[in-house]
Amino acid sequence: MSATSARPSHAAQPSGSAFILKKALISAAVALVLFSLMIGIRTEAGPQGGLIYWTRFGDLAALVGTVFGGSIIIELLRQWWGPIDTDHIVPKPVQAAMSFAGRWLAPALLVFAFLVPVIFYNQRYILDLSILVLTYVMLGWGLNVVVGLAGLLDLGYVAFYAVGAYSYALLATNFGLSFWVCLPLAGILAAFWGVLLGFPVLRLRGDYLAIVTLAFGEIIRLVIINWQSLTGGPNGVSGIPRPTLFGIPLDNSDDGLAAKLGIDFSPTHRIVFLFYLILAMALLTNWVTIRLRRLPIGRAWEALREDEVACRALGINVTTTKLTAFATGAMFGGFAGAFFATRQGFISPESFTFQESALVLAIVVLGGMGSQLGVALAALTMIGGFELFRGFDQYRMLVFGIAMVLLMIWRPRGLIGHRAPTVYLERNQAISSDLVKEGHG
Amino acid sequence: MDYFAQQLINGLVLGSIYGLIAIGYTMVYGIVGMINFAHGDIFMIGGFIAMISFLVLVSLGLTAIPLILLIVLLVSMVITALYGWTIERIAYRPLRHSFRLAPMLSAIGMSFVLTNFSQVSQGARVKPVPPIVTGGYTLHEGPAGFAVQLSNIQIVVVLATIVLLAVFTWLVSRTRLGRDMRACEQDQTMAALLGVDVDRTISMTFVIGAALAAVAGMMYLLYYGLVDFFMGFVAGIKAFTAAVLGGIGSLPGAMLGGLAIGLIETFWSAYFSVEYKDVAAFSILIVVLIFMPTGLLGRPEVEKV
Repeated sequence: MSATSARPSHAAQPSGSAFILKKALISAAVALVLFSLMIGIRTEAGPQGGLIYWTRFGDLAALVGTVFGGSIIIELLRQWWGPIDTDHIVPKPVQAAMSFAGRWLAPALLVFAFLVPVIFYNQRYILDLSILVLTYVMLGWGLNVVVGLAGLLDLGYVAFYAVGAYSYALLATNFGLSFWVCLPLAGILAAFWGVLLGFPVLRLRGDYLAIVTLAFGEIIRLVIINWQSLTGGPNGVSGIPRPTLFGIPLDNSDDGLAAKLGIDFSPTHRIVFLFYLILAMALLTNWVTIRLRRLPIGRAWEALREDEVACRALGINVTTTKLTAFATGAMFGGFAGAFFATRQGFISPESFTFQESALVLAIVVLGGMGSQLGVALAALTMIGGFELFRGFDQYRMLVFGIAMVLLMIWRPRGLIGHRAPTVYLERNQAISSDLVKEGHG
Repeated sequence: MDYFAQQLINGLVLGSIYGLIAIGYTMVYGIVGMINFAHGDIFMIGGFIAMISFLVLVSLGLTAIPLILLIVLLVSMVITALYGWTIERIAYRPLRHSFRLAPMLSAIGMSFVLTNFSQVSQGARVKPVPPIVTGGYTLHEGPAGFAVQLSNIQIVVVLATIVLLAVFTWLVSRTRLGRDMRACEQDQTMAALLGVDVDRTISMTFVIGAALAAVAGMMYLLYYGLVDFFMGFVAGIKAFTAAVLGGIGSLPGAMLGGLAIGLIETFWSAYFSVEYKDVAAFSILIVVLIFMPTGLLGRPEVEKV
């Protein structure tokens, strides 16, 4: 990463090897100072409780060298590519291919999703991973209602996921209610909490809203940790019942599904069932969102995202618009939470940290905020990418953070999506909605 | 009464640390209009650098405590300030004219980078440090054997905060840089037209904010005797609460808000429950934003159409 002050927006950009070298040297010097103590010296609590340290100057030199080389490469790439914000003209055939792919990608993905358990029936790992991906697709679509459609930045979405998960876990373990009874209850409870959060933040905007939702998410998590008599505190809730196929359990008992159908029992049946369950739930989320977008409330959400002041001036009730957005998004989060609880069989507050919220938000942003297909692809990329880094567990969040920063610099509007309103005037549009800051009168 | 006085002292010390962090939030918000989400993690980095440099100095054989403290202070301020500068340069400057959510998301990413960078580079375990500044005074001996203590480290924290605030106030109100900063806060385009280097001023804002956070990190290290890679998150949110409570954009407000949050947190833990002290701090944030969005000393935000 370069660290000197050349302005990409200016036409007369200095170039030449001397400039690149100077820039790389400055970057390397900055890196040397930054990493000198943090990388060069490693501290650890010693056996007697005091601190001990040892030096790692080799690592430091390697890292500074990497920064030096990386800076040269980035600068060369930048000169080759030109300024970031210029539009590069895409050749006609590529455009045609893109639009063809764009038209057929969603149906193709859908068909593929339905076929996943058939193709990968014997690969438990892939099935588990695809269930995880679909959970995040559903969360992403749920949060998309709040962030992508209504333009309300929510950093505490995981709170509703937690409410849903704990609702199902506690109702099922304490009162023996079945999954299918609890699922709507979890959604309703989460929606209720969404409204509860929505009320105080009605007047807030942008960054303030983000921080308050973040605080709300943390409050929910802290209460779950500390209210030990109800939630089990940090130990979580275990022994959460598995879902049944409308009353028929998926185990190898006599009245299990396998026995009823007269086939041999296999634990994979349950996985496949879970897969289709979350696929159905995710598709339901998607369908409801697409339908809502065509209703007055969906139009009001998009109007709110584009300009809150204009929205109010046109007589749209901002209060109910915001509250329904929060409630709808929270409800889907609650559904996903109930699914998560029944799939894991065990939940604890550790699953509902701020990192989860940020991950779901990153999926929505990467997906282009508002594009349903984009969110699905982003969830696939993100969770798949996380799996690739499974071996380097400790570097995972580091890479995630770097990716988030780079993505914002490179494509602030997401990889795929183009966030156009559903309805707009065909002619006489002086400026595109892309150029207007949303929610910012 | 003695118990109350003791908690008052503890709260003021904690509040000074929050106040120092809150100044960084409020300055950046005043000028760039964004919440520097990574600021709490800069505070954490400051604590780590203070810890490492302290360790190195002691193992080199230095024994004079004031000298050690001074060197640690300077080293952590300089290196942490460079962190602030680099972060602004890499993650925020390219996004200055991007859409509104972009810098916020970039800052969240940066916060993850810093947290996990220190976890990877220094390990996940808590790093304890032996008490460096020891001793203290007994202010009042109660009948039940409860004594009100004022330790030397508490004096150091409060004194350092006061000195820094004085220097900082002078910087903002009397120097060229401070004038540039106030100009950029009002109108960046106009300031640029009148010959203020806006980019440089914004960089300096981040540098100063990070240096103050480094002092807060060092004070935290001295006061609590430990650092860990996750301490920036909660401290960051609390300091942000302090900045909002004092009125974001207002420097005395940030300090006042910091003291208020420190006192509330201490008294809450002392009289109600320790487990819910963070819940209390976060609830205050929500309540303040609902009923007093401009804070104690802030100016009301005018909505331009």
